[in-house]
Amino acid sequence: MEAIMDIIGGLLMVGGACFLLFGGLGLIRMPDIYNRIQAGSKTTTLGTLLTLAGAACLQPAWGWKLLLIGIFLIFTNPVSAQVLASTAHRRGAHQSPLTEVDRLAEDREGKA
Amino acid sequence: MDKLVNKHRSGRLRSGIILFFVLMLFWLMLSSQLRIDVFVIGTIVALVIVLLYGDGLSFLTELRLTPKAILTGFQYYGYFFKELFKSNFKLAGIVLSPSLPINPAIVKVRTRLQSRMGRLMLANSITLTPGTLSVEMDGEWLYVHWVCMETADIEQATARIVSGFESYLEVMYG
Repeated sequence: MEAIMDIIGGLLMVGGACFLLFGGLGLIRMPDIYNRIQAGSKTTTLGTLLTLAGAACLQPAWGWKLLLIGIFLIFTNPVSAQVLASTAHRRGAHQSPLTEVDRLAEDREGKA
Repeated sequence: MDKLVNKHRSGRLRSGIILFFVLMLFWLMLSSQLRIDVFVIGTIVALVIVLLYGDGLSFLTELRLTPKAILTGFQYYGYFFKELFKSNFKLAGIVLSPSLPINPAIVKVRTRLQSRMGRLMLANSITLTPGTLSVEMDGEWLYVHWVCMETADIEQATARIVSGFESYLEVMYG
């Protein structure tokens, strides 16, 4: 039984590491800050959750604490991503020339 | 007038009590032992936080405590994790393809949700779902960055991005 849990835990951790790797790759390849935040926030959430789940399989005694870390992660990760994005937009960060529509800038100009 | 003040007070009291129990639950899970000194320290700290930040949000604030809302809550998390997986595979696909097929845009969408917590959860959910990131919120309007923009029209974008989560959150928070 323990061997099976070890294998499942190991697989979950490898899966999490893969998503974190894709996130890192996204940070390098994406053209501007918004797309980079997109790559960073989604993959770190799932990657870290899978890693925590893997750790819980390997060390069931840590389960509650790992669950708690997971809950904090789900609630704080998107908030920090949103704050970064809105601050970047307010300071007029560089946007990729591929960007087609920017309703936020249009509305800001309309009000000003 | 008095009634209004009383209503506001009882609302604050309710959210304060909920916040207190959430904090205590987290503290007891974190310390994972039930000794009297642990319990006393937790009570004191939780009380101080409730007195200072009683008006703040915690994820049970404004949650409707009906069986239907709680059931919808579970369905919501099921849907949420499905979307989280989908968004990660989609992003991996984009990052790994040599041509980097993106088509970014910031679109504007509208929400029907009225409660603060419902809107917060909606913005958070949008950030973690396929290709979308909440940038700014202004009343009922949300500005969303979309990696692969499909439509810039407000109604269509709302249907694509918001509707899935909104139907759950509307039952949970209103």
